[in-house]
Parts: sequence; C-alpha cells; structure tokens
Amino acid sequence: MAKDILVVDNLNMHYETLEGNVMAVNNVTFSVKEGESFGLVGESGCGKSSVASTLLQLQSDNAVISSGSIKLDNQELVGMSESDLRKVRWNDISIVFQGAMNAWNPVIKIGEQIREAIREHHPSNTKKENTQKISELFKIVGLDDSIMDRYPHELSGGMKQRAVIALALSCDPKIVIADEPTTALDVVIQDQILKEIKKVQELLGLSLIYISHDIAVIAEMTDNMAVMYAGSIVEKGPTASIFSNPRHAYTRLLLESTPSVVGEKKKLRALDGEPPSLINGLEGCAFSPRCPDPSEDCSKGNLNMELIEVEDGHWADQCCVNCG
Amino acid sequence: MDNVIEVNNLIKNFDVSKGFFSRNKSLVKAVDGISFSIPKGESLGLVGQSGCGKTTTARALCLLDPKTSGDVKFYNPEADEMQNLDDLNEEQVKQFRRNTQMIFQDPYESLNPRWTIKDIILEPLNIHNIGSLENRTEAVVEILKTVGLTPPENYLPRYPHELSGGQRQRVSIARSLIMNPKFVICDEPTSMLDVSIRISIMDLMLDLAKDLQVSYLYITHDLAVARYMCNRIAVMFNGKIVEIAKTEDLLSNPIHPYTKRLISSIPVPDPKYTREKYEINFDELDEIISNNTENLPMVDVGNEHFVATHDVKDLLI
Repeated sequence: MAKDILVVDNLNMHYETLEGNVMAVNNVTFSVKEGESFGLVGESGCGKSSVASTLLQLQSDNAVISSGSIKLDNQELVGMSESDLRKVRWNDISIVFQGAMNAWNPVIKIGEQIREAIREHHPSNTKKENTQKISELFKIVGLDDSIMDRYPHELSGGMKQRAVIALALSCDPKIVIADEPTTALDVVIQDQILKEIKKVQELLGLSLIYISHDIAVIAEMTDNMAVMYAGSIVEKGPTASIFSNPRHAYTRLLLESTPSVVGEKKKLRALDGEPPSLINGLEGCAFSPRCPDPSEDCSKGNLNMELIEVEDGHWADQCCVNCG
Repeated sequence: MDNVIEVNNLIKNFDVSKGFFSRNKSLVKAVDGISFSIPKGESLGLVGQSGCGKTTTARALCLLDPKTSGDVKFYNPEADEMQNLDDLNEEQVKQFRRNTQMIFQDPYESLNPRWTIKDIILEPLNIHNIGSLENRTEAVVEILKTVGLTPPENYLPRYPHELSGGQRQRVSIARSLIMNPKFVICDEPTSMLDVSIRISIMDLMLDLAKDLQVSYLYITHDLAVARYMCNRIAVMFNGKIVEIAKTEDLLSNPIHPYTKRLISSIPVPDPKYTREKYEINFDELDEIISNNTENLPMVDVGNEHFVATHDVKDLLI
C-alpha cells in the first residue's frame, strides 16, 4: 500500500476582516497517497482555493491558521519558518495556478522564468543543465523548445497553461496542486490539457490535488475526492463511490445539476439560494437553509457538522446524510 | 413551419490590412457564408471553439455590426410578414429591434453600474416609447416577478453591484424580455455563472421560452449546455457551419469529424464512463474549410440532419 504523502488534519483557517472573521476553512481533514490523484470540488467561495494556498503556506497576510496541521512527507508545514518553506515549495510541493494568463511575468521570456525557479532551488546547476531540464519538461507537456525564447504574450492560452505545468514540474516535486487549471480555456484545449496532466502524472508517478468547480472534470481526473461546502468538507471518499452513491444532499444536488452529453437527457435540478456568509462562522448545519428536504434534527440545528463513515472509506457529513 | 429568422449565406469580413495606404487587402473571414433558420418557438444552439465566429454571427444578426453580405430575413409580428434586413425603413428597424433582443455573456459588464435596476429595465420602454409612465413601472414590476426577483420592490432601487451574478443575469433577461421579443440571441449567458446557479437560469429561460413563445439563438461552447437548452444544434468551425441537426440526432449520430472531436472533448460526470479518444488534424481541417471559399455544400443525410460535404478522409490521426 502506497504511503501518505500529504496529511491535512483538522485544519482551521480564517481571514481577519473589518466585518469580522471569515471562517474559510473549517475542520478540513484529508490525506493524499503517493501517486494518487485527489479532487476538491465545490462552488465559488467554498474554500477550495483557500485550502490550496494553505498547503503551500502562501495564504494572504490576514489569514490565520487557528489550529490543525499539514504534514508533507512527515514535515509539519504549519508554523515552519519562511526559509525552510522556500526549500519545501517547488522541491516537494508545487502549484499550477488558475488562469495561465496571469501566472507569467509579461516582460520576461518563458524559459528564463522557469530557469529562475530551478536556479533558486539548485544553485549549483549550470545554465546548460537547466536548459536541458526545461527542454525535457517541454517534451513531456508537448511544447516546442523554441517556446523558451518567447514572451508570454506570444503564446496562446493553451500553450501558456502547458508552460505553467512545465514550471510546476521543474524541481521534480512529489505533489502538484492544480487549481482550476482549465477554467479559462476552450473545450478542446481543456481536453488536451487534461490528457496532458494525466499523462504527466502517470509518467512521473506524481501525486495530484485537482481543484475544480466542474464535477465532470473531477470524475475523469481523480481517484478520490472531497466535496466542499461553506469551508467544510461535506463528503469524501473514492470518486467512483461518491458518484454511484452520493450520501450528502449537497453532493446529490451537485451531481443532478450537471448536464451531460451522454446518456438519457434528464431534467436537471437547480440548487436554489446562495451559500451562507462565513463571517463569524456558522452554527449547526451550513447546508440546511438550501437543503430541499432537511431532516428535523438538521433544520432545528441539533446536529453539528461532522463526518461519519457511511461506507468503507466513504465519509459524509452526518447532518444531511438523511436529507433531500 | 413559420420561421422567426432566416439566414442565407451570411458573410462578415474584417479588414486587417496594415497601414492606411496598404495596397494588400487582408481580410479575416470571421463568418464565411452560413445559412440557417429558426422556426417559431424553437431554439437553435450555435456551438464551436472560441474564435470560430459565433459572437460575430450574433452581432451581425442584431445589427450591432454591419454584415458584409448575405440575406437575413426576420419575422415582423407587427406587420405579420418576413422582412429582409436590408430593405427596412427607419420605423421597421425599430420594430426589428423591439422584436430581437440580446442577452450577453458577462452580467458584470452588461449592466450600467450607475443605474438602478428599475432604470436599467425601464430603458428599452422609454426608448421605444411604450405605454404611459405608470404603466411602464408596472411592467417592470411584472417582469421582475416573471424572472424570479421577488419581491420586486426590494430590487427596483438597487444598483447592479448589490446583486449576485445570478441575480444580475436575471436582470439582463428581464431587460430583454420586457419588450416581449419573439427572438432572443443569447451569447453564453451562463458561462460566467457558478454551477449551482447555472441550472436555475437555464430553467428560467426554458420556462420563459415556453410561456412567451420566444425563440433563442443560444451561443455556447459547451455541448452539454446546448443539449439542455436547444431543439437543434449547429456546429461552427472557422466561420462555417459544418453540421446542423436535431440535438439528440447530432449527439448520437455525429457525422462530421469536427463534431465528433467536439463531442469527445466534453468531460462526462461519470467516473465509470471512458470517453472515446478522437483526435483530428486541425491544420488539415482548417485548410479544407478555408479552401472552400464558396458556401460549403451541405448534404441532407435524413431527418433534417445536414453535413458539410468535403473531403474528410485524411483528418483522423
């Protein structure tokens, strides 16, 4: 059995704002094994990207991790000094940011920007070795070597995104976080990038955390997944098991609101209402106001959000297991 | 069957010659001879990659940009006849604009940030001078109820920034439907919205289409969305329509290689399903399409399913 490479345990993070504390990540617990692909899905503002930024300890200045731990290969990342973090980032864990357009510095050539990352982590490498390395990476992601001497504005969105993936792989990390890597791209380009990510992951034996709002992409890309709502994980487990037997009312609604091109054309269900404000936290079940058929305990607020194991390895929030 | 719009060989070129005195005319053929018609109460999906000319088609159809050539006829309910867009007098252009509305992609940019919701929805009524002043306000209240922004009094004095993305898109829909149009062009109205809100907007549009007998030209890059919204789908590539058929027919029996490629690129929300791998040579297809300068000949393969006829045997990789 593959060992756990990343273990997130009971992570709580909030943003301090003038209106109060925004509880963005609440009691998030999950682990990613070597070579595993883990999906994180939810609507905008549910805390997916906040989780991603804490994994790299790149959260903004007003973010406070109040409790919990993030262990990467048995190293504790929460509270680690900035100089140690700089060694861990990119060497052990790297990220493909959302929006390839904004990830590049517009006035520096692509090759130089990747070389800069490698130089920072492997100062003893010669320029020739680094160029060699980038050329190998470009081959993996399907780019031509000539791209190294281009500026970001000379590339199409798909090419930029491929180069961002090459950048994320430049220091041979053990785990890569992909934060909505295909949202701004065209359908056909998205398809090509997804295939590329899958290929790279298998080729290099990487662990991958795939963050998306598109449940169809998560279905294709991941082995295990977690569904987030209002800063908490409401359901997690093997992707196949969650899709075939969703236990939480929110997961069920998410699945039923996704149109598909295959199979019978079915009536989709809309998810009414809006996600709750996370300022100063929530009492009881966060989903019950939008739940189509909340159970009595749930609507009265008798239950707290807590994951229970409903099947082997398949966890769901106890509040809405029996709702909807 | 009566049509709300008939488009015949629509062409829209953009002049991209460099320099004012340049002798070499270079043209981008953004829309290159497309033809389709939409029957009353039906919706047509226009599907394709970014840059294939979907939005240019929409803009040319509603007179936002002048077309280069081609015939566009629209049904004018006020005169009860089909009218050619080229032959309209001033009054008829107004009638056309009353009956053809547009819903744009980005609800954050298509609403004036300094106007209240009431002003935004009232504007078309003021421009076309419809009804008395009190009646207009009543109409705004009524349409807000129709698009599900209740109670309307709460929304009338508010500004767009006070609303969420889904609510703003409802305001856009209200603004276009207050004219009681027969034909609405929707340019990716749900692509900026969150997954959970998307379905409620799509359902709202479907319900309104049924109740008010509106036809949509629904532009999207997502075939799954087009399937949910439209009776028929036209697939566009590089300014040309390569295949047009009834929705279910197109998805179950795609014929053109580009359609097959497009369908195979949509992720399926089912981990057990493995998508067919279908890769085509885009350069080759590009060349074939752009070499057919005349209207691409379309052949009917039965059941109103039309496919562009050209040599496609080398496309598969």
